[in-house]
Amino acid sequence: MTEFFQSLGMSYEWAWGVATICGILLIALPLMLAVAMIIYADRKIWAAIALRRGPNVVGPFGLLQSFADGLKVFLQETIIPSSANRGLFLIAPIITFTVALMAWAVIPFNSGAVLADINVGLLYILAISSLGVYGVILSGWSSNSKYPFFSALRASAQMISYEVSIGFILIGVVLWADSFNLNEIVKAQQGHGLGFVNAFGFNLLLFPLAVMFLISALAETARAPFDLTEAESELVAGYQTEYSSMSFALFWLGEYANVLLMCTLNAVLFWGGWLPPVDWAPLYAVPGIIWLFAKILFFFFVFSWVKATVPRYRYDQLMRLGWKIFLPISLFWVFLISGYLMLTRYS
Amino acid sequence: MIQLIAFYLFATIVIASAAMVIFARNPVHSVMWLILAFFNAAGLMLLAGAEFIAMLLVIVYVGAVAVLFLFVVMMLDIDFAELRAGFVRYLPLGALVAIILAAELVFAVGAWSAGGIDLAARAAPVVSDKSNIQQIGELLYTRYIFLFEAAGIVLLVAMIGAIVLTHRQRGGVRGQNISQQVRRRPEDATRLVDPGVGQGMEL
Repeated sequence: MTEFFQSLGMSYEWAWGVATICGILLIALPLMLAVAMIIYADRKIWAAIALRRGPNVVGPFGLLQSFADGLKVFLQETIIPSSANRGLFLIAPIITFTVALMAWAVIPFNSGAVLADINVGLLYILAISSLGVYGVILSGWSSNSKYPFFSALRASAQMISYEVSIGFILIGVVLWADSFNLNEIVKAQQGHGLGFVNAFGFNLLLFPLAVMFLISALAETARAPFDLTEAESELVAGYQTEYSSMSFALFWLGEYANVLLMCTLNAVLFWGGWLPPVDWAPLYAVPGIIWLFAKILFFFFVFSWVKATVPRYRYDQLMRLGWKIFLPISLFWVFLISGYLMLTRYS
Repeated sequence: MIQLIAFYLFATIVIASAAMVIFARNPVHSVMWLILAFFNAAGLMLLAGAEFIAMLLVIVYVGAVAVLFLFVVMMLDIDFAELRAGFVRYLPLGALVAIILAAELVFAVGAWSAGGIDLAARAAPVVSDKSNIQQIGELLYTRYIFLFEAAGIVLLVAMIGAIVLTHRQRGGVRGQNISQQVRRRPEDATRLVDPGVGQGMEL
């Protein structure tokens, strides 16, 4: 894109700046629209499984429900509790929202359609998602109220625990793809399974990692059945209890942007990203971005499906799953995969 | 040009937030400024071309170490009056440390401007076609393999030590044996009986 703006007669620095800002807007604005629609989809799927109708009043089939909700919170008054720590109370939702958007910079939407094609892309995502803890922990502490604080402690312990096993799972994928760059990882999946399926998930050694990653992604984004951070029967609304108006909306948007990011990572790391599902020439006529979106939407459907059907875990069960099951298995899998690759690829 | 602007931006924020770590009244605010300093230091690493180190700095320090700091600081019961009372008592010691640091800085700048250090040692790292991670990996697992393994063993010893120090056997804990629960079948737990009228049930 930089070349295009340079051809309009800008100097390299200006062209680079304008191109980057355009790239950011091209990702962030559709993402916000997608979040609004995905919230609607989430509620509709949940309602369908619970044999209810879901939102059906605003707009045709209730399609405009999310926008109505957005307008509602926009017009509300921002209430700051008198005993809250003002600065941090207002910064916390901004951190959550910004961090949720930042990670999208390295996601490849098509061959070469990346905002930042850096060769440590996966590490960048790990680094950014580890920042997400601060939005939660700060909102809980600065509210100066006990339920948000409990929720913040729970959420941060949960996110840190599952980040460890996510790190090891990602190492398995990186070892196989031989690169940290997400585009290279997608390309490495071409014809990987049985010679014609474009997915790491069809590899018998990597399939268990794909399953663990899906479950860890649920825990990392605090979705049901791991939504202990906002267990409404115990903690009112978790760390967002004291928030209202736009500061609440930022949490909401950030949360769903994170869910979409985790769905995208599932698609990109294990199920071929922007590649068509099968390595067959006519399928490449469909633009890669459509394949990627189809996979993201499928995984989002899985997320909603799980939310609607699985009861909530108890906190000790959650910790047990993270530390006593996922961590040893994923650590063992790193040894297994590197041993296998040493025997076959590098010997 | 872009690098220059970015460098001065990152450097200014690192120094300003490092100063704020000390000047902030509230310890939680201090930790937040520290995190900002870490983050911008990672930006400086990126400018130096060490993207792997930059990402590790964010993952390890911002993502793990600073969270623990924040946990500890949030749990503390902070008495501001007591904190301020200690200021005068520790002033001589603090002043001594400050004077030593300032003297060292002056010496370092003086020695640097006087020359004499081999200039080749200060030259920019050689740009190669390999990525950062490959270069570090090759060096770490060949030339520095024994140091690397030794560091690993030291960490393992520290970890075992921490577990030994804090581990205690508690009696009367009713844990949940999940595999036993999963193995349990309806036949083990329930019994279908058809008692005759007026005979009652033996429980």
